[in-house]
Amino acid sequence: MLEFMEGSHAVAEIVKRCRPQVISAYPITPQTHIVEDLAQMVANCEIDAEYITVESEFSALSACLGASAAGSRVYSATTSQGLALMFEVCFNVAGMRQPIVMTIANRSLGAPLSIWNDQQDSISLRDSGWLQFYAEDNQEAADLHMIAYKVCEDHDILLPAFVCFDGFILTHTYEPVALPTQEEVDAYLPAFNPYQRLDAANPLSFGMYATPEYYMEFRYEVDRAMERAKQAFIKAGREFGEQFDRDYSALVEGYRLEDADTALVAMGSICGTAKDAVDEMREHGRKVGLLNIRVFRPFPAQEIADALKDVSTVAVLDKNISLGNGGAVGTEVKAALYGSGISVYDYIIALGGRDVRKRDIAAVVDLAEKGEGDMFYGLRTEVL
Amino acid sequence: MAEVEGGCELFSAGHRACGGCGPALAARLLLKATGKNVIIAAATGCMEVFSTPYPETAWGVPWIHSLFENPAAVASGIEASLKRQGRTEKVVCIGGDGSTLDIGVLCISGAFERGHDITYICYDNEAYMNTGIQRSGATPYGASTTTSPAGACSLGNPRPKKDMPAILAAHGAPYVATASIAYPNDFIKKVERAINTPGPCYIQVHTPCCTGWGFEAGETLNMAKLAIETGLWVNYEMVDGRVEKAKKVSRKPVEEYLAKQKRFRHLFKPARRDDVITQIQGIADANAERFGIDIKAKESSE
Repeated sequence: MLEFMEGSHAVAEIVKRCRPQVISAYPITPQTHIVEDLAQMVANCEIDAEYITVESEFSALSACLGASAAGSRVYSATTSQGLALMFEVCFNVAGMRQPIVMTIANRSLGAPLSIWNDQQDSISLRDSGWLQFYAEDNQEAADLHMIAYKVCEDHDILLPAFVCFDGFILTHTYEPVALPTQEEVDAYLPAFNPYQRLDAANPLSFGMYATPEYYMEFRYEVDRAMERAKQAFIKAGREFGEQFDRDYSALVEGYRLEDADTALVAMGSICGTAKDAVDEMREHGRKVGLLNIRVFRPFPAQEIADALKDVSTVAVLDKNISLGNGGAVGTEVKAALYGSGISVYDYIIALGGRDVRKRDIAAVVDLAEKGEGDMFYGLRTEVL
Repeated sequence: MAEVEGGCELFSAGHRACGGCGPALAARLLLKATGKNVIIAAATGCMEVFSTPYPETAWGVPWIHSLFENPAAVASGIEASLKRQGRTEKVVCIGGDGSTLDIGVLCISGAFERGHDITYICYDNEAYMNTGIQRSGATPYGASTTTSPAGACSLGNPRPKKDMPAILAAHGAPYVATASIAYPNDFIKKVERAINTPGPCYIQVHTPCCTGWGFEAGETLNMAKLAIETGLWVNYEMVDGRVEKAKKVSRKPVEEYLAKQKRFRHLFKPARRDDVITQIQGIADANAERFGIDIKAKESSE
């Protein structure tokens, strides 16, 4: 049954049904509605969890790490500056193989201060060892949390995950969402079964220090788990589809790519606008399609190369910038298509909440087809 | 995550601490007090590094290290998880003075304000020893460290020790204490009291560092004892914010303590700095006054 609700509320409702035992988060716009909803659910005894009202995001994730290591399923949510404050803990959580799921309500990073959306925050943590999933709409944002717990807690994976959805554009937007019942979620997501835990009956040391004789092997093991996570996601996404009729078995999802000459590549809510723009361009006889990258970490290079093998031009929409080297997604897509002969152009777009309309998407396609790219799109040159 | 070898000591011998390491003794005494039913959340630092070089560990109890500044936050999560699971292990943090008084204050303040049932042990060796003897907020006035070196225009560290016990008592901590490895039974009793007191408790234990302070490895306990006997370290307990018990002493001049350590050598050579020694004596006198530790003529030592 579809219900009309805010994106943040849909996520909070699904998180509740995933039965986290410890929740620890610090309020930050535009993540606040999620953690407020969860706090109310705890206050109403709708969810049997400890809710730790920490004094910073740094402590939020540190507390999640401790609770996870002690054997609880945990949850947190943050964005932007909060995620930046967690930087050190993020690398630590992944290295210690704790299957923590954290929602990222994507937001730009200061300076200058901006509360509005882009994807600079999570993308800046791309090397941290966290799986990264990007939702196109609120239904997908909710659903990806169930899939994330399933993938992360798989004993062959044991990695943390960001479930990313665009701040305000999705978090504060009302859409119809189908929420699975508690029984349905329980049938999909089994109770947390920690691989190892802090336990006086079986004393183990967690987080020891590694000399040069051991460090590289630890990093290799994390990277191998990242690679295995592709198949784990595909499997969990397929099982989700079988149970709920919404299939997430693809790491990347093509839209009208079959006979396309030009392909847009994007992540998150901008894909919705891009699909409408593609439809309009198709009506004008232009062979344009879209590739939505749902899973950014592990990076699905082969899946991207396969999906785009028949196009001649690619336009990547990057809601981030690796300052001094263009957009991160564009850089990685270019690497994935290296040697293919396909022309790949990168567009830095929609930073800090700058609105993107269908005509902007069409303008980007025009630029790519003219061979103009690797540029900021939509700059207000009058204020430069 | 390595398996722990059995043995009668929960903190095993064979770790990689310097000979005469004060913090290593504190760890051993700590586990004598806690027994097996405990989970330790450790900060980065000397103790973490010398006790857990992968794949070896000295810890015979569950132990976790995450970062330099977050053991109090990690412990908050552990405590919440145990509560949710109905488990009975005590949760104990251990961090050095740099972690505790400087970089970790935010996490500690948060954990104490929230009232988690944890005990935080700070082993205070009065500088960042793991990185090579840099000053911390716990470095005493006049001590030469590698970042507060004595020189032609420097007398060493220009500030007195930060009063962390008072800061945590002000958070409403039900039990705050100081201790010294020179008085092991006292330290053990205080740990037992802390872990059995509901709510966040704090113990700062004085752990001389022969490498960082510059004295012979065999002198560690004597140095800890001299700190007490001069009044530069006071062992006391605060219950609900009030000092209840402070160890009384027949005080010796601070010079007896200072002259035995290289970190204070510049106060004696090439020229005696009586002005600075007098200032440090003033710190000891103020401690004695504040805690009432001087034994009067008819009193005997505790």
